[in-house]
Amino acid sequence: MTVPMTENPPQPDPDLRAFCEQEIAAMLDRLYAAALRLTKGRCDAEDLVADTIVKVLDNLHSLQDRASFRGWVFRILHNTFISNCRTRLARPEDNVSSLHTPEGEAPEQFWLFDRLHQPFLLWWGNQEQEFLDRLMAEDMVRAIDALPDAFRMVVVLADIEGFSYREIADALELEVGTVRSRLSRGRSLLQKALWDYARETGIVSGPAPSRDER
Amino acid sequence: MSKIRQIGCEEALKQLLEYLDQELGEQHSHEVDQHLSTCRSCYSRMEFEKRLKQRLQDAGRQEVPDTLKDRINRLFAEQNKN
Ligand SMILES: [Zn+2]
Repeated sequence: MTVPMTENPPQPDPDLRAFCEQEIAAMLDRLYAAALRLTKGRCDAEDLVADTIVKVLDNLHSLQDRASFRGWVFRILHNTFISNCRTRLARPEDNVSSLHTPEGEAPEQFWLFDRLHQPFLLWWGNQEQEFLDRLMAEDMVRAIDALPDAFRMVVVLADIEGFSYREIADALELEVGTVRSRLSRGRSLLQKALWDYARETGIVSGPAPSRDER
Repeated sequence: MSKIRQIGCEEALKQLLEYLDQELGEQHSHEVDQHLSTCRSCYSRMEFEKRLKQRLQDAGRQEVPDTLKDRINRLFAEQNKN
């Protein structure tokens, strides 16, 4: 936790408060979107956002630079999630080792595009477009939620929030290289999950997956 | 400025996601641009990844409930009283 807690926090100037209020109002939907995916709707996303904003207000005096406000707020969101929700949500696959060391050897990238172009699949028209049209928003959300924490946060910040790698690194307190590798692995897992749902729900059909495809 | 280096499909593919994230830097980005303008297969792949990213973004966005908006407004109101 990088946010220092003091007994009597110095009061930030009113101008800074107004700035904060304005910025929070402008980014509230994005904070909520990130909170929903961090918590997978299991731990209350609304509580997470509210707790985050309380901490933001309490620590406003420690904000170094207004330009980094957005990243700072997301860092507080992430840290608050870890301290408030993670223990309650702990699952075997999210254990500490998988959170801290997802950097194991990277398996080959899984590309949906290549699967969609396998010769046994029959499509009318444009297979990529048809595939995307048939996938529902809830399939997307399910695939994101199925990612282990360490990959999910990076994918959410990159693909839903549109953060740069540098901003993600700052928000999650990681090296940019780590962001890069987790993002690549996270997206690969995500595409694999979408492919699996597409097969389960019959969006694509074909022979049963072979062993080496698993 | 030096001539843009020619890259093949394999190299373009390796950089494709970072290209879409606008994280490649000018020179590499130009190389990928150049490849995409001449390779239909990599171009449709890029289009697919771009649309998938957009779908993820749309799926992730949700309207903020009024209960949360009220709660945040109350937090600010309290703070401004001090
Ligand atoms: Zn190519």
